Amino acid sequence: MSWKDPLMQAPFLELRGINKSFGAVQVLRDVAMSVRAGEVTALVGDNGAGKSTLVKCVGGIHPMDSGEMFINGSEVHVHSPREAAQLGIEIVYQDLALCDNLDIVQNMFLGRERTSGWVLNEPEMEQLARKTLDSLAVRTVSTVRQPVSSLSGGQRQTVAIAKAVLWNSKLVILDEPTAALGVAQTAQVLELVRALADNGLAVVLISHNMNDVFAVSDRIAALYLGQMVAQVKTTDVTHAQVVELITSGKSEGQQA
Amino acid sequence: MTTISLKNRIPAKISGSLQQLFAFGSLIVILVFFSFASPYFFTTSNLVGILMAATVTGILALGTTFVIIAGGIDLSIGTGMILCGVMTGVFQTYWGWPVWAGVLGAVLFGGLIGFVNGFNISVLGIPPFIATLGMMLVASGLSLVISGTKPIYFKEHPEFQLLMNYSVIPGMRFPLGVLIFLILIVVAAVILAKTILGRYAYSIGSNEAATELSGVNVAKWKIIIYSMAGLFVGIAGVLAASRLSSAQPVGGMGLELEAIAAVVIGGTSLQGGKGSIVGTMIGALIVAVLTNGLRVTAVPQEWQSVVVGCVILVAVYMDILRRKRA
Repeated sequence: MSWKDPLMQAPFLELRGINKSFGAVQVLRDVAMSVRAGEVTALVGDNGAGKSTLVKCVGGIHPMDSGEMFINGSEVHVHSPREAAQLGIEIVYQDLALCDNLDIVQNMFLGRERTSGWVLNEPEMEQLARKTLDSLAVRTVSTVRQPVSSLSGGQRQTVAIAKAVLWNSKLVILDEPTAALGVAQTAQVLELVRALADNGLAVVLISHNMNDVFAVSDRIAALYLGQMVAQVKTTDVTHAQVVELITSGKSEGQQA
Repeated sequence: MTTISLKNRIPAKISGSLQQLFAFGSLIVILVFFSFASPYFFTTSNLVGILMAATVTGILALGTTFVIIAGGIDLSIGTGMILCGVMTGVFQTYWGWPVWAGVLGAVLFGGLIGFVNGFNISVLGIPPFIATLGMMLVASGLSLVISGTKPIYFKEHPEFQLLMNYSVIPGMRFPLGVLIFLILIVVAAVILAKTILGRYAYSIGSNEAATELSGVNVAKWKIIIYSMAGLFVGIAGVLAASRLSSAQPVGGMGLELEAIAAVVIGGTSLQGGKGSIVGTMIGALIVAVLTNGLRVTAVPQEWQSVVVGCVILVAVYMDILRRKRA
């Protein structure tokens, strides 16, 4: 795979001046953010900082009150998850949007089933699902016809991520993918997250866990009370500085 | 290959097929028991009678299977079916429509009832239990109002009764209605296992929010599922009217419970997300055989509903047990 210098690339996604209120509460204030292909951008912030709201605005679940959104430099408007998907934006939600009673293939293709005529094209879907899992080097799942209810937390997360990249997606946003996982499973999922970026996707990783953030991210974007207080390269900051950004919105070493 | 993938496509297949196996075993036991208990039970004419009784409840249960798998419930199917029977009477006898138009009109009318149910549930947000309970009363009242509380006879169209009663195989009494039922079973099974509609029924019943987030228009598909259940109600209503050669405006209440019982006995979870047409058909046969067997062994009518009620309780309890173990 070709690895271009990320700094030379224009951002895949760019947000400018995003505002969002729920009633009297302003959740996002004039938020700007850029996400580059081939990079993992960690989105950090305390509970209630607006991380999930920002993601849901990008994903078309919440309409933004004002602001602009650009994909590869051209302005776009997203009104539904379906429209977001058409632009190549996929979100892996925290509460794992999977159906327990369906198997892995059925979940991965949910909402975008392949059919031949009236009938579901199961062989084609099964083959594509397998191909995607293989391309992500997923070897933890023995058969793609296993119901999701029989999978471990890490495997479920893997399926959720595989579901997101099945669609030639260009931007994958992961909302706390390791929150409920053990040590080994967390490492597995982080490896997968890194692999997505190395394959050229733009990745946004929402996380509370500084170890995760420093393990895989190229850049860190910090939200504090609905405002974007910093967007920095991960190599330019320390754990302590990021924690300070999250808790107070500013940092001694990083005042841009 | 086909058998393997077919089995795999039924979600939670292990617990589901266990319940099916159990239900099938129970059916055999009940059949054997009644065969010894009454000399009239295991005769061709009685078995055909059982099939004819199973036809109407069974067709209602087919549509209900989709509704329950999708996490809903439909209480309006019993009186809705009566209303559809009255409507075909109105179309054919009062308005003088030809038989085919009267039948089609009544089936589509059933679809309309289902559409209204689906609209009330997914657009207005009325809980399925309440929405269809309301529809149950509306349909019951409308049947009486429209018919003037009197049965409608198909004097102009005596051939209408052939739809249910025409003997398909010469020399043997195998009614057309039962054949229609068998065809509908196959149609429903294919829709459930092989089409997007079936897939979304499972996914909505399994995790409605996840289905919505995956880009599926859940409201639209719920309306489609209830409308389809309504079409089955329409067909059942037409066949019931054809069987008696008259549209009876009274009754129907309790039939919805028999259909729901058939679905649950067959291993479909009332919580949604799992179930199968095969299971529902076994369930419908169990209900029909029980009802018939109790009648031919001269058990008083009052006791018949006690027995069927107990069977439903056992079936639901087994569903709970299975969920605990899973």
